[in-house]
Amino acid sequence: MQVAPSDTSALNAYPPELRQLLFQYVLQLADTSLILGHRLSEWCGHGPVLEQDLAMANIGLDLLGETRSLYQYAAELEGQGRTEDDLAFLRIATQYRNPLLVEQPNGDFADTITRQFLFDNFHYHCLLQLRASPDERLAAIAEKAVKEAAYHLKWSSEWIIRLGDGTEESRQRLDKALASLWRYSGELTTPTATEKALQATGLIPDYAALLPKMEAHLAHVFEEATLPVPQGAFMMTGGKEGRHTEHLGYILAELQYMQRTYPGLTW
Amino acid sequence: MVAAAPTEERVWQLLEEVSDPEVPVLSILDLGIVRSVRVEGEQVTVSITPTYSGCPAMNTIATDIRLRLLAEGITRLTIHNQLSPAWTTDWMSRAGRDKLEAYGIAPPVDGTATGHMLNLFGKDTAVRCPLCKSAHTHLVSQFGSTACKAHYQCDDCKEPFDYFKCHA
Repeated sequence: MQVAPSDTSALNAYPPELRQLLFQYVLQLADTSLILGHRLSEWCGHGPVLEQDLAMANIGLDLLGETRSLYQYAAELEGQGRTEDDLAFLRIATQYRNPLLVEQPNGDFADTITRQFLFDNFHYHCLLQLRASPDERLAAIAEKAVKEAAYHLKWSSEWIIRLGDGTEESRQRLDKALASLWRYSGELTTPTATEKALQATGLIPDYAALLPKMEAHLAHVFEEATLPVPQGAFMMTGGKEGRHTEHLGYILAELQYMQRTYPGLTW
Repeated sequence: MVAAAPTEERVWQLLEEVSDPEVPVLSILDLGIVRSVRVEGEQVTVSITPTYSGCPAMNTIATDIRLRLLAEGITRLTIHNQLSPAWTTDWMSRAGRDKLEAYGIAPPVDGTATGHMLNLFGKDTAVRCPLCKSAHTHLVSQFGSTACKAHYQCDDCKEPFDYFKCHA
């Protein structure tokens, strides 16, 4: 990689504790887009039609691009000499901080669309706010990524409507997908101790303020899709603190295979 | 041989000769991804910004810049990857837009970025077919052959073509 990192002097302005919190948060964002991007890449060559195969590969690539910016920043925040590759390839499942939703398997197209829609609705609205973060690097990454996330949310929203208000079979599959994935949606806006501490400093968005916008968009899309909004379900959490479903281990086994087998291998 | 210290003007001229690896008719200046050039003595600093976060061409572009400047004797080069302000198709030059269309890729239509209006199932951007110039075209998919392009088809000549998405 020949591109030099941006100016890092601003990092020293943070007290060590805050810098550590920010490292954890940026790592969580990076893990999240990496794992979802990897899931989407699994569709490559298997999409229901060519155009949607390309769409999923494109979205996966956008997420991977965001991932790299985030891991590079995380590595600088940590300041221990680890690189973006070390962070992506040399940590074990319990060290990953992605929410449970994004590690869930692709299933059928309705499962993938549901997972994507629930994530995009959070991702887009969170990035909109993150653009105003006093942390300049995070704000710059968000400013770039939000333009892409808008396309993602438009795509997944339209697919929720097509499947929900589509054929008997598409509706049945969407109902099934929602029944299994809805329980992972709450974790996105349930702050961990790290997130709470950062929200208190104003460096990252307050999720309580995001929720009305997310709920309004979801209500609009579900209404068009003739879907009832699920109510009062128990929400699974833990991914953002390293307690994952069994699926993450398999993803990492695939994702990290090369670096684990041939440590330090480069192109 | 000791090369004379480069001037900013000369560096810009050299950058004009570096083309986009995925759309080789465009120089990186046409695309608007070079944000600044700074020359201090023999030290040259070039700031570039990606079109899309995951643009796989960025590494190649950085290497191509390095090689082009090296051929001119510029060895003290730093390339900065600058994310903010985020790239927009407004930065694409008029000449770049004409070259794109001549190459068979419809250039971005200003003011049609998705922006923050999600406009579900909204009307597609009206894009002129770069081949037969017909205005009767339709969007096949927002996601085309690369992250920066959408996939269209012409309803008159029936040719599928790429449209360089407006990104503001």
